[in-house]
Amino acid sequence: MPVDMELEAVLRPTQYPMVPYPPKFITLANGKKMVIRQAVREDVPAILKSVHPCLFIERDYYDIVSARLYGELLAWYRYRVKSEYCLMGQVDGYLVGVVNGRLENEKVGMSYHTLAIDRGLRIGSHLFAAKMEYHLDYLGQEEVLIVAESPIGFRRWMIEYPLEKTTIPHELGGGDSYRLTRAIYLAAKPRLVVGDRPVPQDLLDEAEKEIKFADDDTIRERIAGLKGR
Amino acid sequence: MRDVAIIGVGMIPFGRRDEDSLMDMLAYASLKALDDAGLGDKGVNAVYVGNMGAGILQHQTSIASSLVDRLSLLPAAADVVENGPASGGSAVKNGLLAVASGYYDIVLVVGGEKMREVTGWRATDFVATMAHPQVEYPYGITLPGMGGMFTRLYMEKYGVTREHLLAVSLKNQEMGALNPYAHVEMTLDREGIFDSPHAVVNNPIAADPLHLYDLCPVSDGAAALVLCPLEMAKKMAKLPVLIAGFGQATDTHTLQEREDPTELKAVTLAARQAFEMAKLKPADIDVAELHDAFTILEIANSEHVGFFKKGEGGKAALTGKTRFGGQIPINVSGGLKARGHPVGATGVAQIVDIVWQLRHELPKNRQVKNARHGLTVNFGGFGNNVTAFVLKRVEP
Repeated sequence: MPVDMELEAVLRPTQYPMVPYPPKFITLANGKKMVIRQAVREDVPAILKSVHPCLFIERDYYDIVSARLYGELLAWYRYRVKSEYCLMGQVDGYLVGVVNGRLENEKVGMSYHTLAIDRGLRIGSHLFAAKMEYHLDYLGQEEVLIVAESPIGFRRWMIEYPLEKTTIPHELGGGDSYRLTRAIYLAAKPRLVVGDRPVPQDLLDEAEKEIKFADDDTIRERIAGLKGR
Repeated sequence: MRDVAIIGVGMIPFGRRDEDSLMDMLAYASLKALDDAGLGDKGVNAVYVGNMGAGILQHQTSIASSLVDRLSLLPAAADVVENGPASGGSAVKNGLLAVASGYYDIVLVVGGEKMREVTGWRATDFVATMAHPQVEYPYGITLPGMGGMFTRLYMEKYGVTREHLLAVSLKNQEMGALNPYAHVEMTLDREGIFDSPHAVVNNPIAADPLHLYDLCPVSDGAAALVLCPLEMAKKMAKLPVLIAGFGQATDTHTLQEREDPTELKAVTLAARQAFEMAKLKPADIDVAELHDAFTILEIANSEHVGFFKKGEGGKAALTGKTRFGGQIPINVSGGLKARGHPVGATGVAQIVDIVWQLRHELPKNRQVKNARHGLTVNFGGFGNNVTAFVLKRVEP
């Protein structure tokens, strides 16, 4: 696609400076090690291949979450969103989950979506926690605005943390925002935010070497299979 | 009284079955059991359906008559048996007595529940309706809450530790991962749920001291079996399995009224009755399916049925005595912990699993060698209504 860089300079939003998210790893309930690391723009096409089959899964609002996430990541890839980032979880190199968000301003973060591509291992919880960790501990923000689009998300974020209800509209539309303040985050951190750093080099190498993704049928089975894992 | 045998069994994979209605699940399991029995042109005289919550969860009642019509078994007699999480065991009891009495010759028993139709909160609330309506439920008690308090008492009185509970959890998930009918076909890792600091998220406290992986999942599922007199069963295609013993007992509705809340009198009595009727002892049992809605219950049940002395059940689990290949393999199916606990289905599913064991039909990695006698315990309420069955292989 030809790109007119003069026009692009107008269309592309300016970005807030963002320190990188330092990778960490987490031992999951099945003993597998999940590496959580920050995606770079060039990773987006590979990530979208994993997100795509989820667009057609109606169970647990995977369709809407995936469709929106797909659009958000594409917008980031095409330089059409301000200060977006994406963190991803990988097990044995395979992409098992994605979270994203952006900086509304230097003090306030805007949480976008959390997509667990493998289920039953609290991957979504770990990735959401990593997202909050990024906003509060690394980007130094004061609060993050959050909405849930599924009952599972509501239980995991609004109730487990628990988040503070506001009347602030959220960028995603829908219900009013809930807010993770620094005080709430610090109170929840010991029981919800885990992970070790540095990531052993072999684990990190495997994750960085290639973003592997399961075939469409496997992804659908993992998320919405008959057995409902 | 006639001897009664099981001549056909069927089960559908437990889990989350969004695509199927409760009636679909009951029908699928029933058809599998009827096929397995190979009844030919013999008709089914009566159908007993074990179910706890269709009236609440599906807003549907009279499901037994609906099932008879769905299966084209008209005009078979039809009854729903509701007895909390022991509904399945109670349904089998009704079928057993009906055939033993000579009133019916061929009876279909099916247990099923569709619990994933509602959120986890509502499912937990639904199960809590078995708590006392004045002195328990209004104060917010749930079954996991009762399980937590029971576990704490058991730990204090008998020295059960989290290591013991963990041994049950790891064992049952390991076996569930081998069972294609299990809801959670996933092995757990000790580091991931216990040793690692990451376990605080992976395996959070659910009802102290019980953690997430000490609890069974909320499941959809159904299981079924066909009963007939033993003499008739011997002429059928499949190897019959004799219901050699049965027992049932109740205890106080509220835990607080029990002299010793760690004493599961109804389990002891039900098992004792079943052993006496079968003229067998706990040591004669080759394989058991015990109601492990919480890991502590497998330990406590293993003591109360007489496999181990009080205080020894946890150690037995830890030292591998209850593992597949151990002294007395317990919950080789994965138990409620991994196979899942669609409440009305569980008592029937336990028997179906033992029938497969006694017919020697399971794959090598789950088949208990030379299994001849099996025991099931289906635990209703918090031990206030318990059924126990001793099953016996009928040699060809």
